[in-house]
Amino acid sequence: MNYGFPILSFIIWLPIVGAFLVLASSRFAPSISKSIALLVSIISFIISIPLYLNFDFTTSKMQFLESYLWIDSLNVFYSLGIDGISLPLILLTTFLTPLVILAGWEVVKYRPPQYYASFLILEGLMVGVFSALDGLLFYVFWEAMLIPMFIIIGIWGGDNRIYATVKFFLYTFLGSVFMLLALIYLYLQSGSYSILDFHNLPLSLNEQIFIFLAFLFAFAVKVPMWPVHTWLPDAHVQAPTGGSVILAAILLKMGGYGFLRFSLPITPDASNSLDWLLITLSLFAVIYIALVALAQKDMKKLIAYSSITHMGFVTLGFFIIFMIINNTSSTTAALLALQGGMMQMISHGFISGALFLCVGVLYDRIHSREISDYGGVANIMPKFAAFMVFFAFANIGLPGTSGFVGEFLVIIASYHASFWLAFLAATSLVFGAAYTLWLVKRVLFGEAKNEKIISLSDVNTREWFILALLSLVVLLFGVWPSPLINIMEPTLLNLLDHVTSTKL
Amino acid sequence: MTLYSLFPIAPEIFLISSICLLLVLDVFISDSQRIITYWASVIAVIITALLSLLTFNHDITILFSGSVIIDPISSLLKTFSSLLIVICFIYSKEYLIKNNLFKGEFFILSLFTLLGIFVMTSSHNLLILYLGLEILALSLYTLIAFNRDSAVATESAIKYFVLGAIASGTLLYGISFIYGITGSIQFDLISNYYLSNNSNLGISLLALAFILVAVAFKFGAAPFHMWLPDVYQGSSAPVTLLIGTAPKVAAFVITWRLLVDALGPLFMYWKEIVFFLIVLSLLIGNLAAIAQTNLKRMLAYSTISHVGYILMGFVALSEGGLSASLFYVVVYTLTAALAFGMIIILSTKNKEAQNIEDFSGLNEKSPWFAFMLLIAMFSMAGVPPFPGFYAKLLVLSSVIDAGMLWLAIIGIITAVIGAFYYLRVIWFMYFNKPKGKFTPNGDTVFNYSLSINAVALVVIGFLPSYLLNLCNYLLS
Repeated sequence: MNYGFPILSFIIWLPIVGAFLVLASSRFAPSISKSIALLVSIISFIISIPLYLNFDFTTSKMQFLESYLWIDSLNVFYSLGIDGISLPLILLTTFLTPLVILAGWEVVKYRPPQYYASFLILEGLMVGVFSALDGLLFYVFWEAMLIPMFIIIGIWGGDNRIYATVKFFLYTFLGSVFMLLALIYLYLQSGSYSILDFHNLPLSLNEQIFIFLAFLFAFAVKVPMWPVHTWLPDAHVQAPTGGSVILAAILLKMGGYGFLRFSLPITPDASNSLDWLLITLSLFAVIYIALVALAQKDMKKLIAYSSITHMGFVTLGFFIIFMIINNTSSTTAALLALQGGMMQMISHGFISGALFLCVGVLYDRIHSREISDYGGVANIMPKFAAFMVFFAFANIGLPGTSGFVGEFLVIIASYHASFWLAFLAATSLVFGAAYTLWLVKRVLFGEAKNEKIISLSDVNTREWFILALLSLVVLLFGVWPSPLINIMEPTLLNLLDHVTSTKL
Repeated sequence: MTLYSLFPIAPEIFLISSICLLLVLDVFISDSQRIITYWASVIAVIITALLSLLTFNHDITILFSGSVIIDPISSLLKTFSSLLIVICFIYSKEYLIKNNLFKGEFFILSLFTLLGIFVMTSSHNLLILYLGLEILALSLYTLIAFNRDSAVATESAIKYFVLGAIASGTLLYGISFIYGITGSIQFDLISNYYLSNNSNLGISLLALAFILVAVAFKFGAAPFHMWLPDVYQGSSAPVTLLIGTAPKVAAFVITWRLLVDALGPLFMYWKEIVFFLIVLSLLIGNLAAIAQTNLKRMLAYSTISHVGYILMGFVALSEGGLSASLFYVVVYTLTAALAFGMIIILSTKNKEAQNIEDFSGLNEKSPWFAFMLLIAMFSMAGVPPFPGFYAKLLVLSSVIDAGMLWLAIIGIITAVIGAFYYLRVIWFMYFNKPKGKFTPNGDTVFNYSLSINAVALVVIGFLPSYLLNLCNYLLS
């Protein structure tokens, strides 16, 4: 379907142009630069709403297509389009960016225009990643995104920010250059960089395995999967609040998105024969990292590790489909697994974002992330405590919150694959409850611990608004996930169909 | 021979005439009027560039009994080298005035390097090529030692001179073997000989080895790179800018003419050697650059690694590969011009901003200049959307296409290693507090030229296809 207005390009380029406007305004009218930034991000969100309203829920085809020849000698097109996998992620991006900008409103004191500009550029590039239909265009967006993130962590981060941001950059850079090799190889085989052409390109099993591993390297680092997750706790801890939110809520989803867009459809047979590897790594993330989270003394680090376990569910959901199909040949159960993974990505975006914002609220007041510096915050900040407890429960996966839907779907789907897999995955619910509730107990409850805590002030209107909006969304998708599931269903069914038919 | 038949070499004739005129003119000018020499040289180079553009012709013209060739690539690369020299003049002016180096000799010697580049670019036999190489090299030796009160500069000039003389010697030695075997010094005749004749292979390989050593030396490929860091560091920043840009274009052309035009039939033999040069350049360049605290020295090692990537297009030896190398050279020289321009613009009287530390907190002092250096660094690191990425993409594609996957893997892993030291420059600029007294202090022309240079890189990054098509056309 073609849509008259180049809406996707608009959502990509408006924030980027806006970012330069913000930078320019810092010279002439520094007082309004953050208002411009907020305005631009809100307009981007408003423009992205028609994507949902005009989306055709009945087809798995790409929609809102745009395509122009970009580099003719390499046959590279500037082609954009979205389907049921990318739409929710784009909406997540455009929804969270205004909140992130709002979250930095009074807090960011050092060079605010550059801060907001970085986030706006990041927003445009992230939407670009989710809507690119050309492999090289995708890679350009994917890599370019590292630049603003590198700057965000490096300038506005904590004490050890340089180490963290360089580690983040080099880790992801190393991962993605292997993806570049795979893309070049696919280009040389198919004569174009079109992702949809890659999907239909016949490849031998050996070729598929090499390509699969190259993609795996890139996406596993981004997700991140055990054992290439070690950049994440550092990056999260050192990043400013807004950076952590974007990192957890959207950047990690790019790995998951990559698996759905590249690994599964381009190399279905390799995915099938190597699914044991992915399942093992996912379970490692789910169980081992949950135990690691239990031992953390730093709030942000704890939430960072909890992100890794939650993303473990995503990869588990995506790669368990082969076992389900081989064991029971039930497409419904396999579809549940994919839906669960997708739901988990979206809901984790909201919940982890909200939890990082909660930590940000505390950090802005006391300037410490150590759990031991807190205690009894609920006595002084009751409104804040209510939000934090709510998000903590959502993080555990309490029924009624969006966190429940994804994990539940993945666990029942994995039951079709094997009882023990489902059992192992479900143990993380127990560990998850343990580390989250223990965190809440130590930070919020008990007697107010010291003078600093007693002098705290509760959330102001701005913070209240951000957290309330997020809790509304978490609640909404918890009790009524069907809008999301409807968007994804045709695309995921089509994907499942594609993945289960061999390319050999 | 009518006068008109000399038109294809009009740029060279004009250039040498203007050099002679400038030499005379400069004598009659007092130090306070030296600006006249400056403008006269700038105008001379611009006219030379226009003349080179006028000689552009789709057909290939071979003149003077096969010693000079005028083809599309030579015309355009002459224009491009002239442009680089103009950039170098504009960037250097302030610095030279500040440091009491604003002398006519600087401009005249730079024009001589341009002449050397022109002669090399158009050479169609081994002796003309050698002649061009020597014009270039001799003027560079002098330029490096130009600041005669500086002990480092003199030291590096002598180092460069001694090593350069040895390299020239090996080149001549190789040439003499080739002449002895093939009976000719003309590129196409040498190529024809090897196409039809396979005898004398052993001695040909010996000659090939000598020639390759000289090419590797001039290009700065490891293990013949030793002069490069010292020369880059020892020369004053404008001279480093000069050495780091236009001669790389010439190095590309002579490598192309020697290895592909003349010795193309021996591809399977020189491929092995060049492969070895590439791997070594990538490893040594990138690993040694990590340890540097001096930005000029770091850029020198980074040049060595970029030479590795540029040579990749040669071992792929496809049209795509060669045009990828040419694209790489163009993008690299523009990026290097920007980076050295930043060093010059920050430098003060008697003190060059050549340590990475000197760039600390540049973002706070002047965000736009910090951003420009960020563009240069990310472009060199090969991060999209900057043009260095497409350059790397193209050379990697060409080697994968030629079936050398392992070379590509070495290429990308060293690229990641390399990213570290480019990132370090950015972190000093953006993440560290301001330190030291270095701030951008160029005049308006310099500021705008530097900005245009940076914007040009961004434009190439967003629309690489024009430059790419041009490179494809030139090498088809």
